Amino acid sequence: MDQQKNKKYGMVIDLDKCTGCGACMVACMAENNVAFREDETDKLLSVAWMRVYRLTNGKSFPNTQECYLPRPCQQCEGHEGHSPCVSVCPATATDYDMQSGIVSQIYTRCFGCRYCMAACPYHVRQFNWWDPIWPDGMERSLNPNVSVRMRGVVEKCSFCYHRYQTAKDKAFLEGRRELEEHEYQTACAQACPAGAIVFGDLNNPQHTVHQLAQADTAHEGKSRNPNAFRLLERLGTNTKVYYLSSQEWVRRAGDNEVKKA
Amino acid sequence: MKIDRRCFLSFVIGGAAGTALSPLPWKLTDDLSIWSQNWPWTPIPPKGETTYVTSTCTLCPGGCGISVRRVEERVVKVEGLKGHPVNDGGVCILGASGIQLLYGPSRVQAPMKKVDGAWRSISWDQAIAEIASTLKELRAKGQPQSVAWISDTDRGTTAELCRRFLTVYGSPNFIRTPSMQDAYEMALYLTQGNRAMAGFDLAQATFVLSFSSGLIEGWGSPPYLFRAKSVMRQKGGRMSQVEARLSKTAAKADQWIPIKPGTEGALALGLIHVMLKEGLYKKDFVETRTGGVEALRKIAGDAYAPEGVSRTTGIEAKAIIDLARAFAGAKKPLAICGRGSGRVPGFVQEYLAVHFLNALVGGINTSGGVIAVPEPDYIEWPEPEMDAVASKGMQQPRVDGAGNGRYAMTRYLLNRLPEALAAGAASPVQVLFVSSSNPAYSLVDSQSTAKAFKRIPLIVSFSSYMDETAAMAHYILPNHAYLERFEDVPAALGFPKPIIGLSKPVVSPLFKTRHTGDVVMQLAKAVGGTIAGAFRWESYEACLKQTLGDKWDALRKNGYWVDAKFAPGAFETKSKKFEFANADIAKLPAYASLKAPGDETSFPLTLMAYDSMRLTAGYIGSPPFLVKVLEDTILKKSDVLVEINPATARDLGLSDGSSAVLSTPKGNASVKVFLFEGIMPGLVSMVRGLGHTAYDRFLAGKGVNTNDLMGSVEDPGTGLEAAWGIRAKLTKA
Repeated sequence: MDQQKNKKYGMVIDLDKCTGCGACMVACMAENNVAFREDETDKLLSVAWMRVYRLTNGKSFPNTQECYLPRPCQQCEGHEGHSPCVSVCPATATDYDMQSGIVSQIYTRCFGCRYCMAACPYHVRQFNWWDPIWPDGMERSLNPNVSVRMRGVVEKCSFCYHRYQTAKDKAFLEGRRELEEHEYQTACAQACPAGAIVFGDLNNPQHTVHQLAQADTAHEGKSRNPNAFRLLERLGTNTKVYYLSSQEWVRRAGDNEVKKA
Repeated sequence: MKIDRRCFLSFVIGGAAGTALSPLPWKLTDDLSIWSQNWPWTPIPPKGETTYVTSTCTLCPGGCGISVRRVEERVVKVEGLKGHPVNDGGVCILGASGIQLLYGPSRVQAPMKKVDGAWRSISWDQAIAEIASTLKELRAKGQPQSVAWISDTDRGTTAELCRRFLTVYGSPNFIRTPSMQDAYEMALYLTQGNRAMAGFDLAQATFVLSFSSGLIEGWGSPPYLFRAKSVMRQKGGRMSQVEARLSKTAAKADQWIPIKPGTEGALALGLIHVMLKEGLYKKDFVETRTGGVEALRKIAGDAYAPEGVSRTTGIEAKAIIDLARAFAGAKKPLAICGRGSGRVPGFVQEYLAVHFLNALVGGINTSGGVIAVPEPDYIEWPEPEMDAVASKGMQQPRVDGAGNGRYAMTRYLLNRLPEALAAGAASPVQVLFVSSSNPAYSLVDSQSTAKAFKRIPLIVSFSSYMDETAAMAHYILPNHAYLERFEDVPAALGFPKPIIGLSKPVVSPLFKTRHTGDVVMQLAKAVGGTIAGAFRWESYEACLKQTLGDKWDALRKNGYWVDAKFAPGAFETKSKKFEFANADIAKLPAYASLKAPGDETSFPLTLMAYDSMRLTAGYIGSPPFLVKVLEDTILKKSDVLVEINPATARDLGLSDGSSAVLSTPKGNASVKVFLFEGIMPGLVSMVRGLGHTAYDRFLAGKGVNTNDLMGSVEDPGTGLEAAWGIRAKLTKA
């Protein structure tokens, strides 16, 4: 079999289109068996792989402006796969997959030291402080393709890796080696009613994400699109989630330390 | 051997070092984590064959196509249906939580009867027999009109079966719950003569002017409008949002124009004034296809010159002129209204003014404009045979006053029902049926509603969930949940084409529930006579299949049927033109901005409710996922946060997160304060959809129901609910 070219799955989120509705968060929770408790108002303790943040330009009435920013795992490539969390995990519970560009999380290996949570600059990782309990009968709604996480482990967005596996299995059965763009989509991208989230292979020029992100591989994936930015780009995390916004204050909010041009 | 200090320490340190170098600690840590990760109560979802079922979502009137994923007999995910004309694969946050509404803890699992204040299970046969005997007694007493039915919709076979039941029984009191549909239907009827639904071709518009409409906050069919807005913006279209508060819609618009709340209609008339004065309207359309523009010149006369409107609305005169020019100058402008998600109908004069704006730019029944979508007409059942009691009962005036006297043109006035119930020695309604609606929670001034409902001797709820109205009912005859039943979806709210969706069972019913359509037929059979005779179908499913006729097969296969060749019909007014003025419009009182009720000195602030996609405010309660993702600027523990401007907070001595008491003439509530720069000073705003006393522990007991604090305001022309706010006071707790 020919050696296949590595994929680099990534996302482009158009913040001009995002309505902040939260459908991505719930689609993700339903897909990935995220548990819920009676009181989830302390957001530091509330597990959500995808979280929509509310940004404001800080100006007073009536010049105030808001924007909503959905934040999945940024799937940092760092330099040759040295993403912040992967580098620190003592249990090898998280790893950078060179073939897909996805940062994995293996729950049964994780022993809950939470070093990765401290290392992640994006707060994408969350710790299970409680046993996941569903009210009677509700465990029937769980998706068998994703394992339920137990108390004491860290979890995070996987770019719906199980969907990648399912799509690949299906393609293999049909004698194909390459996936079509639509065959592997994350739950959030699929659900977004505003069409703000686009998902695909950043290495594949046929994919919409490649065209939108306009990543400059010579400069660690920095976008050539003046409206595009990545979160905390200066850290060199080389993330695979690009954001688009026509508004300067929003782009600056992606990294408040960046000097005004 | 003597164990001295040195020896002891060597032993301990040496032992510790030796153990640390051995695999033991690592093995133990590993074993411990494996052991603690395998508690038997952590569920392992069983594997099985995955299948997808195509259906239509009925959680709101949006009419989205859904693709439901099943693993064997379990439903594990609800996704949007790719290629569906309304949502094309997208799904709203509520739709995505659908599994929780099927398996969730607030389902009513069997028919129930309240005995001495406690719920008891009862058999279906007995429940139907008991209710039928009361119905027979009322008929025998010649009071069939004292039966009323409240439903969220008046379209589709289930609603039509309920209405048919009432008709042959002898009651005109079928009441649809209020929404902006009432006011839009009225505006279309008054100006175009069409009994039609308003559709919006948003995607093709180039300039959208929204008067406080929450385009991305639940107004119309959310996924359709989200998508259409994205398409419109992608094509270079612009959007201006006129609203007192920086809602999500305002934040995502190109321009946010803060306005004094309740004066949106005055701004619309002000824009009309400028457009007429400067000749900024589509002359060919106005001259050939409309009538009464001279009368409009008078309505939007000097009183609506920019300076005056500026004083009323708080928007600068120049901004008003600029807005009128931008709107009229756009290629395909579109003006819309209906506050927030359109839960409260509003002031019909305001809808008329906004509709006139569309007519002046020719944006009626055209690409990028407002489309009159005809009401579905596929339900063609034979006229039922009526006996004398029924005929007499049907001639009685409606209990809510709709269709009579001052409210001759209005079809349903649920907001007037509590008042009617409270008047007189005995309640004019002896039996109330409630299907797919929760008026005890969702009507403005819900406290008076609940109090008035207590006067009704028999309330029968068909709710699948233990909602507030079901909780105060005497019987609950639970309907199947939406993923367990057949249902036709006769329209998609705000979608510019006629479309019929079919909702079909994805799983067999989990509990001892029955389809409301079937129960209506069984009730009819139990009452007997001509009432039984009006329902000749074997079952609801048979009725639905026969009603949909040749569309049935296509609907079962695709899930929807859309009239692709649809072209809007002609105006049906006397003049066959769009009428800016006519006898019916002349009957309406002149426009005047409605004030929020309450005394301004004791209540210096104004409270407004706003909508969030992350909370439902209607019959379906927010499932746990929605409550989970609710922002911590809205709910903290079980306290709701109200938004106020930091300047207002300074005056009141309140700081961010501090506790306060919110009082209105209707009552008090303890709240927390969220300082928000996006709200006009002097206003307080609170989210709709909290403060439930019913449903499950994930939703109940959190926050405050805005309707408890709001007072009803009647639109003087139509009687429709027009409450947009109430005077309020915020004091440090």
